[in-house]
Amino acid sequence: MSDLGAHVVILGAGHAGGTAAALLRQYGHTGPITLIGDEPLAPYQRPPLSKAWLKGEADADSLALKPLEFYAEHQIDFRPNTRAVKLARADKVVTLADGQTLTYDVLILATGARAIKLPVPGAELAGLLELRTAADAEALKAAVGPGKRLAVVGGGYIGLEVAASGRALGAEVVVIEREQRLLARVACESLSDFFRGVHETHGVIFEMGASVTGFVGEDGHVTGVTLADGRTVPCDAAVIGVGATPNDELAADCGLDTARGVVVDLEARTSDPSIFAIGDVAHRPMPIYDRMFRMESVPNALEQAKQAASAITGRPAPAGEVPWQWSDQYDLKLQIAGYAFDADEVLLRGDPATGKFAVFHLKGDQIQSVEAINSPPEFMMGKQLIGNRKPVSKAKLVDLSVSMKEVVA
Amino acid sequence: MAKITYIEHDGTEHVVDVKTGLTVMEGAVKNNIPGIDADCGGACACATCHVYVDDAWKDKTGESSAMEESMLDFAENVEPNSRLSCQIKVTDELEGLIVRMPESQH
Repeated sequence: MSDLGAHVVILGAGHAGGTAAALLRQYGHTGPITLIGDEPLAPYQRPPLSKAWLKGEADADSLALKPLEFYAEHQIDFRPNTRAVKLARADKVVTLADGQTLTYDVLILATGARAIKLPVPGAELAGLLELRTAADAEALKAAVGPGKRLAVVGGGYIGLEVAASGRALGAEVVVIEREQRLLARVACESLSDFFRGVHETHGVIFEMGASVTGFVGEDGHVTGVTLADGRTVPCDAAVIGVGATPNDELAADCGLDTARGVVVDLEARTSDPSIFAIGDVAHRPMPIYDRMFRMESVPNALEQAKQAASAITGRPAPAGEVPWQWSDQYDLKLQIAGYAFDADEVLLRGDPATGKFAVFHLKGDQIQSVEAINSPPEFMMGKQLIGNRKPVSKAKLVDLSVSMKEVVA
Repeated sequence: MAKITYIEHDGTEHVVDVKTGLTVMEGAVKNNIPGIDADCGGACACATCHVYVDDAWKDKTGESSAMEESMLDFAENVEPNSRLSCQIKVTDELEGLIVRMPESQH
């Protein structure tokens, strides 16, 4: 049952929350919309923070999802610099940090995730940075430049993108990774090796299999990262990118189902029919893999914003999607479709030495995921095959003389 | 600033002023015009900002890059005048530009 006049309160003004507000209006919602964000800025794109923005190739205007006047023009009551601290579901009342209360008909939780902090001595030193927000990026931008030494803790996508941008800005960059290879949680070995090689060519130093035991500093500012083997990596600033944890406490505290994220259905609805959860905070079903999980990606935030806005306005749910994400480092475009759940075979198409190749993860003769480096056809066609679950000829898939269109045919 | 007309697949027209330096995609998204999804925000990674450029404007909107060509090659309903609107920078020369949108962006 949809009520286009309902008061929708959206907690979280990131990519998911901001998109949900805009889509509600696009889908004909006429009732009041209140958008609560804990940052000073209206919703903006986070991906450029580690790339174009850090390198000074994008400004606040180009980052913004919509111009600030958009919210007033579309009767969206955007309230920055505040956050919800309590949710009383029986009365449908949200209490904000400044003491104000809001009564909702429909609530959307879009509270995102926060960076995991390393529980080690010295973690309170100035110059230890994370990268979630524009303010974080601003601090990082001030800390990198010619001759500056930047330590990056964590060899995941954020860490590697920061390393690439840091090198572009002339900083000396050391990446410290606990595992023996980069992107250990998300990518296969050939891709890990490839990325390490590319970064080394660009002058990034790696400390692999290295556990951080603490940070040392002078006058309250970090000067080095200490490792388990006793060495200290000297630095002027350090970026910590070791993963994120969902901001699901508000939901858990009021008894909504949570499982490292707020549990939702295919409409992004939580165990309370008046409450939706979208984006990084949601633990959601993914029918093509017949399982539930939590994703941290822009495409996921957009997809779930669509699901929730559709359900709220009584539109049919969007067709099921294939999850995907991308990363830009130097002149490399990495596009990933799907997740390698239960994969039993890894096939390489193309030669990593050419800087243009794709890695397919298969379960039987079905593609579960593809990681494509500078290879849009492999990404686009792979994504299609993941979605339609069509069996694929492995012989054709690894044969570059067979085009991806023929592989799919 | 350039006046750009975006025409949805069902014929609905949206005429907006877009700041020079933004892309044609950003002009649509920032004005909440439906039909251009732009999932990746302009990274040329998703092909969900596909538009058809009116023939009269093909030269002024410039050449597409190899990456754009390659992405477009695998989008649906591609025509000779297809472009990814995130790759078209708005200049004063584009005053009056008309772009049409495909039925869907997937």
